[in-house]
Amino acid sequence: MNDTPLVIGGQTFRSRLLVGTGKYRSNAEMVAAIAASGADVVTVAVRRVDLDRTKEEGMLYHLDPKQYFLLANTAGCYTADEAIRYARLGREAGFNEFIKLEVIGDKETLLPDAEGLLEATRVLVKEGFQVMAYTNDDLITALRLQDAGAAAVMPLASPIGSGLGLVNPYAIRTIKRRLTVPVLVDAGVGTASDACLTMEQGVDGILMNTAIAEAADAAAMGRAMGLAVEAGRLAYLAGRMPRREVAVPSSPTRGMLA
Amino acid sequence: MSDLRLIVNGELRNLPGPAKVTDLLTHLGLDPRMVVVEVNREIVRRPRLPEVDLKDGDMVELVHFVGGG
Repeated sequence: MNDTPLVIGGQTFRSRLLVGTGKYRSNAEMVAAIAASGADVVTVAVRRVDLDRTKEEGMLYHLDPKQYFLLANTAGCYTADEAIRYARLGREAGFNEFIKLEVIGDKETLLPDAEGLLEATRVLVKEGFQVMAYTNDDLITALRLQDAGAAAVMPLASPIGSGLGLVNPYAIRTIKRRLTVPVLVDAGVGTASDACLTMEQGVDGILMNTAIAEAADAAAMGRAMGLAVEAGRLAYLAGRMPRREVAVPSSPTRGMLA
Repeated sequence: MSDLRLIVNGELRNLPGPAKVTDLLTHLGLDPRMVVVEVNREIVRRPRLPEVDLKDGDMVELVHFVGGG
């Protein structure tokens, strides 16, 4: 079965799995896990250079921007102004106009601040950014972000780093059904079945980090996630059988021995 | 010729003046292709790094990409 490619803000991507680069035990493990996942979009954060250890930690020393599409994020920002500042720095550091926009509203849950997100999206869109907005699973916020010019809307499956999986499939399906821009689920996936189930809702892709980085074997989980995203996508396109409350035999009921 | 006192990533740093932004990066052993520079909250675009003067008391931020989700 043929699928259309994932296109966001006019840019075509190979994989429907997007991965983060945080929390890996080593850079070598990160590079291996990302390669195994098949992802071509990888997210990165913008932070101060550690002046006492100048040679080293920058992601550009480990990930070739010709091989991967580096998507800068505004993780850790709690106001629209802060997120806008980080987005501008990310654009300058990077190689494209795309930004994964996060405006966090609460330290404990890391749930998004809808008001700040909308404000930052409007400003950044005016400045020519392709905004991929991390948001909650609320339809109205998703619609407002689309109206504000977001290139993609990215509702959570469950809180960042929680690994709780897809807690509200109905909300995600509703957002996907009502939006015309790509809908990617960002955050909360814990294992391959979560990724598969999420893709079966019909969303355009998934962004994840911790589920791969914190797996005992990150490269194996990277591969599992790549397969799960593909399997879930294919199952969605294939169209699942109806659910029934009664059994229906798979073998003929006629022709049984007397 | 006197030292410039700069606040670089929140820390006081002395740099022999007069100096351009590029001189600070060289002084710190940083590759200009790997960092983004803000001076007093304004981004200095890469081609302008050798042109922009640093002044005593400037607040400089040097950022780069690190692992993140």
